[in-house]
Amino acid sequence: MSASAPTPAPAPVASTRPILPLRLRQAEARRRGKRLVGPVDLELGREGFTIVMGPNGAGKTTLLRLMHGLERLAAGEIRWAVPVREARMRQAYVFQTPIMMRRSVVDSIAYPLRLRGMGRAEARARAARWAERVGLGAVLERPAPVLSGGEKQKLSLARALIARPEILFLDEPCASLDGRAMREIETLLLEARESGTRIVMATHDMGQACRLASDVVFLYGGRVHERGPAEAFFKAPRTAEAAAFLKGDIVE
Amino acid sequence: MDGFAAGLWQAWKLVFTFDPDLYEIVFLSLRVTMSAVIIASLIGLPLGAWLVIKRFRARRFTIALLNALMGLPPVVVGLAVYMLLSRSGPLGVLGLLFTPTAMIIAQVIIITPLIASIAHQTMRDLWAEYHDLLLSMNASRAQRIAAILWDGRRALLTAMLAGFGRGIGEVGAIMIVGGNIDHVTRVLTTAIALETGKGNFAFAMGLGLILIALSLSVNLAIHWISRTERASVW
Amino acid sequence: MRLLNWLIAPLLALLSLTPAGAETIRVAVTTSFHNSGLADVLLPAIRADLGLDVRLLVVGTGQALKLGEQGDVDAILVHSRAAEEAFVAQGFGTHRREIMYNDFVLIGPREDPAGIASAQSAAEALAHIAAAGAPFVSRGDESGTHKKERVLWQAAGIDPTAAGPWYREAGAGMGATLNTAAGMGAYTLSDRASWLNFGNKGDLALLYAGDPALFNQYSLIPVSPARHPHVRSDLVARLETWLTGPRARALIDGYRIGGEQLFTFNAQPE
Repeated sequence: MSASAPTPAPAPVASTRPILPLRLRQAEARRRGKRLVGPVDLELGREGFTIVMGPNGAGKTTLLRLMHGLERLAAGEIRWAVPVREARMRQAYVFQTPIMMRRSVVDSIAYPLRLRGMGRAEARARAARWAERVGLGAVLERPAPVLSGGEKQKLSLARALIARPEILFLDEPCASLDGRAMREIETLLLEARESGTRIVMATHDMGQACRLASDVVFLYGGRVHERGPAEAFFKAPRTAEAAAFLKGDIVE
Repeated sequence: MDGFAAGLWQAWKLVFTFDPDLYEIVFLSLRVTMSAVIIASLIGLPLGAWLVIKRFRARRFTIALLNALMGLPPVVVGLAVYMLLSRSGPLGVLGLLFTPTAMIIAQVIIITPLIASIAHQTMRDLWAEYHDLLLSMNASRAQRIAAILWDGRRALLTAMLAGFGRGIGEVGAIMIVGGNIDHVTRVLTTAIALETGKGNFAFAMGLGLILIALSLSVNLAIHWISRTERASVW
Repeated sequence: MRLLNWLIAPLLALLSLTPAGAETIRVAVTTSFHNSGLADVLLPAIRADLGLDVRLLVVGTGQALKLGEQGDVDAILVHSRAAEEAFVAQGFGTHRREIMYNDFVLIGPREDPAGIASAQSAAEALAHIAAAGAPFVSRGDESGTHKKERVLWQAAGIDPTAAGPWYREAGAGMGATLNTAAGMGAYTLSDRASWLNFGNKGDLALLYAGDPALFNQYSLIPVSPARHPHVRSDLVARLETWLTGPRARALIDGYRIGGEQLFTFNAQPE
């Protein structure tokens, strides 16, 4: 069904300059004048698996969307190491509730490549390999909207990774998954990290955070309350709020 | 019920005696309305998608205008197109009045708002769902329109069929701009109007039944084609 | 793309079709003339004799005159003398050529509540209807028949539009008006041909005819090439010669419905 052929997007810039580090300076996001996040000062280096933690309403999702460019920057600045137009092409995002297009599994995964102007046959062949990798090899031609929750999130992950992003944002991707699907996703994320993808993930799940994180950003009231290596954070949080959160005393 | 039975009998006779005039009229009806639906879709579907995706000052007004145009009486459209295409009108030199082309033009004007409006409504929901994903993937505006048009294709097919339904049963506009000339611009609906005017109710009813059968066949055929698609791709 | 190909390919083929290219002219005629069925006799003969494809636009007199004014037809064939003379006087038509006449008849419910069958004139018949307040359906569409009807009311000294609710304007063609009359059990004025060809007579009957005031003259008016240079005056001239000639006389006088002669050829040789 080539009628979906997207008009060719500009070919990915074959730049060798990495898009990271990412620097946020006094960055703020607002909605209807109300400050949701910020001011935030934050730097994300070239490597690592950053977990964004914090109680509900702390602004985890908004911060991720702000960095990814889905939320408008109300104040401050966000700087990539390359121009933002270029940076936008080299990152990906996985939503908490998977957004499924009305397409087959293989066409859904191929879609980002098709947007970049790749031919249908090649894009589908690559998508099929990715589907295999995430365990969807048996359901290539199934309509994406009828997949199970775990399958949908695996599809989202394959779709996010297929264009080889340098940084991948994930917003609580395992929030509604069972343990097995969660482990499968985690394995895939660790593999992605191995192959050099910078990962920034929001999660509620303490165990998951411990298993995956190289460093932690603890958000509280829309601000970065604490930032540091994972091990140190989980062992000995520096702030009382982080300690309370880790103990399970702060949820909201 | 007697008139209805007589109508059925007339329809039966017309179809199975292979009345050449009937087939000519049916063929012209299909030709005019299907051409109009294709052209109206080429305008209306992207317009509907564009109205979903692009935010601009007059957007609400444009949507309201489309909805208002849906209620435009065909006779008024016919009159307007007549005045345009008349020898004394601005486009008179084209000599299009009283030709099937003029009928297609009138029907395009009648059908386009309907298709655009239905398309807009269905794609609005799809866009609400896809918005973040497509933005995240840096889809250009054209790519976003293509995505919601393609993924909404089944609903859009329904919009096109609604346009077909409105066109194939329309008589007011094509009567004026086509002139209902025998063998040239006579279609099912104008023939029905003519026969009703003569008081040939059974004959008119027979033509009406053929019109319904025709419309039904087109709908079934389109649904059959789209199901074939589903089997091979979905 | 497959789906779109399915739809588009045959349609492009359809769109590219064009009608056959014989010499054609367009003539606006009145509904009542077309309903008579005479055209079905004349047009094939014209095509055979002249190789001319006459395309009829069947409309009311008002619209026929308008189409002529705008230059959208090459000639008009109507039956409303005053309007025709005005049309020629204003320069829209070159001249008015009388071809034939038929007559109008008064139609009404068979039991004739107003008792018009015994009237001595058309005007008297209408006066009976008005006096009885019996429902009367008028074409009400500025057609030749409607104009004729108004002249008859005038002759009877009655303004029906002010007279009361028994007078209804249908705003429709002859067939539709007859349908309305049949539905309401009302009187109406019809040309004889439309009446004879009308398929839904129901309880209606022909109640009054014969007054010379009811005669209905048909004339051909070529649209003026001075106004509209694109009109095919040459072809119209050939048509006019044919319509006023012996072959047309034989076909027009010989046309019968239910054994009745409808039209009387009365064209004067030039």
